[in-house]
Amino acid sequence: MANTTGVAPTMELVRQSATKGGISGPLPPSANDVAKLIDVSKCIGCKACQSACLEWNDLVEPVGFNTGVYDNPHDLTENTLTLMRFTEWDNPATGDLEWLIRKDGCMHCADPGCLKACPAPGAIVQYQNGIVDFVHEKCIGCGYCIKGCPFNIPRISKADSTAYKCTLCSDRVSVGQGPACAKACPTKAISFGTKADMKTLAESRIKDLKSRGFAEAGLYDPPGVGGTHVMYVLHHNDQPQLYAGLPNNPKISAIVEAWKGVTKYAGLGVLGLAALAGFVHHTVMGADRVTRTDEENGKRVKDGVA
Amino acid sequence: MSGTTPTVRRYTPAARANHWLTAISLVLLALSGLSLFHPSLFFLTGLFGGGAWTRAIHPWIGVVLVFSFAGLFVRFFRLNLPANEDAAWIKGLPEVLKGHEENLPEQGKYNAGQKGVFWGMTILILVLVSSGLVIWDQYFSQYTSIGQKRVAMLTHSIAAICAMLIWIVHVYAAIWVRGTFSGMTRGSVTAGWAWRHHRKWLREEVQKEQGGATPGE
Repeated sequence: MANTTGVAPTMELVRQSATKGGISGPLPPSANDVAKLIDVSKCIGCKACQSACLEWNDLVEPVGFNTGVYDNPHDLTENTLTLMRFTEWDNPATGDLEWLIRKDGCMHCADPGCLKACPAPGAIVQYQNGIVDFVHEKCIGCGYCIKGCPFNIPRISKADSTAYKCTLCSDRVSVGQGPACAKACPTKAISFGTKADMKTLAESRIKDLKSRGFAEAGLYDPPGVGGTHVMYVLHHNDQPQLYAGLPNNPKISAIVEAWKGVTKYAGLGVLGLAALAGFVHHTVMGADRVTRTDEENGKRVKDGVA
Repeated sequence: MSGTTPTVRRYTPAARANHWLTAISLVLLALSGLSLFHPSLFFLTGLFGGGAWTRAIHPWIGVVLVFSFAGLFVRFFRLNLPANEDAAWIKGLPEVLKGHEENLPEQGKYNAGQKGVFWGMTILILVLVSSGLVIWDQYFSQYTSIGQKRVAMLTHSIAAICAMLIWIVHVYAAIWVRGTFSGMTRGSVTAGWAWRHHRKWLREEVQKEQGGATPGE
């Protein structure tokens, strides 16, 4: 199979959940960084990406219900790892009705909240190229990744009780292929390559959009999570929340940081100190024993003498 | 001397069974909870049949604990209501820690420290149950937001650490104060133990016996 992406198929692990060693904090940028660039301004909402994703991953989304919106299904599921979210926006500046269509799915954060929250060693891994992947054999289905994720992405399967999300087609990337969604997109709204190339491509698109009157067009590569390996070109980059609630400044929740940081260490620390305090107290004071006098006094009360 | 040492009944068989069911659930909850709390303790999941089993079984042990502890609560809450001698006990804690309880007023069935364990555990178990339900994703994930689940997660962890601290105090006190365990194993303590640590209670028990009334729990 020919390498169609210009990306070196290196899949070296740099970080594993609940495992010592590996990098901490955001993945440092490298030449091996890959990225998927989703140009929202070129998307026509055909859902070919959704179909390609189901097809490649051999998944089936059960027939759902139509509640009057184009989103189908209505949310990401353990089968639907990528989902077109449709927003009708009445632009107050122009009076135009804009149809904002965003392909939702895992953003492959450089500082992944899911990986930080995961308690199962090696169940979530990060490759040197930036891809964040779930290893289902090691997943215990606790749902901590859902709490760690700033984008509300992972879903627990009812069938096997493990967590699912977009893999950025790590199986395809590892053999020099691009993700299935990018391959299927008829308007080339989805591109895949090195992160540097994708940023260059984004720049040209943003320049074009600006020339067409979208003054706030820009690249969504949020620094709060160290940047992402799925990026968006947005016509309204100043208001990402317009696009079906894309977070303005996503970062790992402070509560999650506290839970997985100070609480984890201080918690075990105070338990150890308490046990140590008991040991020291016992060593210093000796056991508190009932004396012969106590027994005699007790007997006297018992016999009704005192 | 053992043949002649008089004893006082402290716990009925039902109360002891209730206590040990609670104790076993709490220990299992602590082990399974800790295994998912810190990666260095993940190996403890092996005790429960692996990570997925630990995740699945932990909340159910919690359910057992809730009912078991509710039983203990009903049995003991009256005896754990505040009493006049509690303030003196708290003030005299340094004396207690030096093993000089004789310098304090006579204590009922439970001293202020034991009452602290009782009410502390009661409150913490309530917190643990309510936060635990929020993060029991298998059945209840749809009822709360991710933001609420994060708060519940942190609350659950901190409350669990506090409960384990209380557990350490509880177990250590039982070890340090010799003669205590027999109350929860055989159901009785020596009269000397009662004289030394819970003299007011000893007098009450003797009075009850002489009055022909049945001993309390």
